[in-house]
Amino acid sequence: MSKVAYYPGCSGQSTSLEYDRSTRAVCAAVGLELVDVPDWSCCGSSPAHTVNHVLSAALSARNLDLAHSLGVDVLATPCPSCLTNLRNAAVEMEDEGFRGQVNALLDRPYVGRVDPQSVLQVLVEQVGVDEVARRVTRPLTGLRVACYYGCIMNRPPERMRFDDHENPMAMDRLMEAAGAEVALFPLKVECCGASFGVPRGDIVARLSGKLLDAARGLGVDAIVTACPLCQMNLDLRQGQINAALHEHFRIPVFYYTQLLGLALDVPRSELGLDRLCVDPRLALGKIKAPAPVR
Amino acid sequence: MRIVDLATADQDFIAEVEARSHQNLRTCYQCGNCTAGCPYTFVYDHSVSQVMRLIQLGQREVVLQCKSIWLCASCQSCTTRCPNRIDVAKVMDVCRHMAREQGYATEREVKLFTDAFLRSVERHGRAFELGLMADYVLHSGRVFTDVDLAPKALARRKLAFRPHAIVGRDQIERIFQRFRKGGAHV
Repeated sequence: MSKVAYYPGCSGQSTSLEYDRSTRAVCAAVGLELVDVPDWSCCGSSPAHTVNHVLSAALSARNLDLAHSLGVDVLATPCPSCLTNLRNAAVEMEDEGFRGQVNALLDRPYVGRVDPQSVLQVLVEQVGVDEVARRVTRPLTGLRVACYYGCIMNRPPERMRFDDHENPMAMDRLMEAAGAEVALFPLKVECCGASFGVPRGDIVARLSGKLLDAARGLGVDAIVTACPLCQMNLDLRQGQINAALHEHFRIPVFYYTQLLGLALDVPRSELGLDRLCVDPRLALGKIKAPAPVR
Repeated sequence: MRIVDLATADQDFIAEVEARSHQNLRTCYQCGNCTAGCPYTFVYDHSVSQVMRLIQLGQREVVLQCKSIWLCASCQSCTTRCPNRIDVAKVMDVCRHMAREQGYATEREVKLFTDAFLRSVERHGRAFELGLMADYVLHSGRVFTDVDLAPKALARRKLAFRPHAIVGRDQIERIFQRFRKGGAHV
């Protein structure tokens, strides 16, 4: 298996530190070598592309260039928002005219051909679900979850080229490999309200509230996510959502790497379960202890 | 009801949106698939299919002053489901670029948050949440924004107190400087 460059993204340094830590731990546990992009900078996130596409691509391209200098083909990031920007930059810079405009903003022009992918994609395609299942030593038997992918991980399909865009299954399959029971979640790719939490909290309350309501309807113990922004909206803002909608949701929201880490028996200190806002202990208590070996 | 006078169609506007988005807007036949899947219609003043029609009709001022283009989250539902493969989310993005360039911001808070985020990136090279929240509060005057979240976030060490310094910080600053030099403004 070839090594891949790793781009943690800004939220991985703060609001989703547990996602970064658990991602690194899970990759190490399945033998996937991640090499950090040296001195990486912000990809521009949503704000940059809403202002200008050349500016957005330039902020991403600096990182593509740094990854290129590592001599890798694939740049993996846990964050779908980073992925979207990095991938848009990589694909749109195949157009010579656009590439010229972007490179005019950079100190060092980007001439590489690095392929940005999600860590989820690398896990499924380079390691494989079967290999992950083979390494599971503490199956999550008894835990019932809904996997929520968020809106941009797989869309638009021509651009993202991974999994199904209406009914993605990568996380479902990994959670099954980890021994969890996975409920079919009909709102897998519906938007959570994205980065409107600060300027328009009412939007997040409505859209994330709908997701929580659907998860409750399925009777799951927890929601599983792969996006720092989705996770933050559903977890950190769950109290705000309850207040706005006069609701009483109490659904823990894990990163898939946290649950995978538990199943792979990664040290708990690497999983940051204590950083979740909605207490996950009730859900984790559903996991049945493995039958004693005779 | 808003009556659109077809005689006022601004052809230059139509051409500019098409050129900047690289999309052929004439192929939109108003099937409404984009609006059917759009999670944001409930806060829009014009649904996304209406925005598409208004662009076809060259209604520059109506489009650039509508709230919808600021409230689109680029969730890609419209782009993914358009039967004519129009990148609708990109069209919305381009309209937002043009509105910004002409000084319109009909959803002021959204623009201020975007500005605060990019100032943080320009200054530090990476987004620094606590700093950009302070910046946003300063510019918007909304002093109570998310204060209820602070105890939760702090107790779980989810907020860094200092920006993560990167070596190439000035390289990022120069990206913004060159961008502005080209006549654009952030």
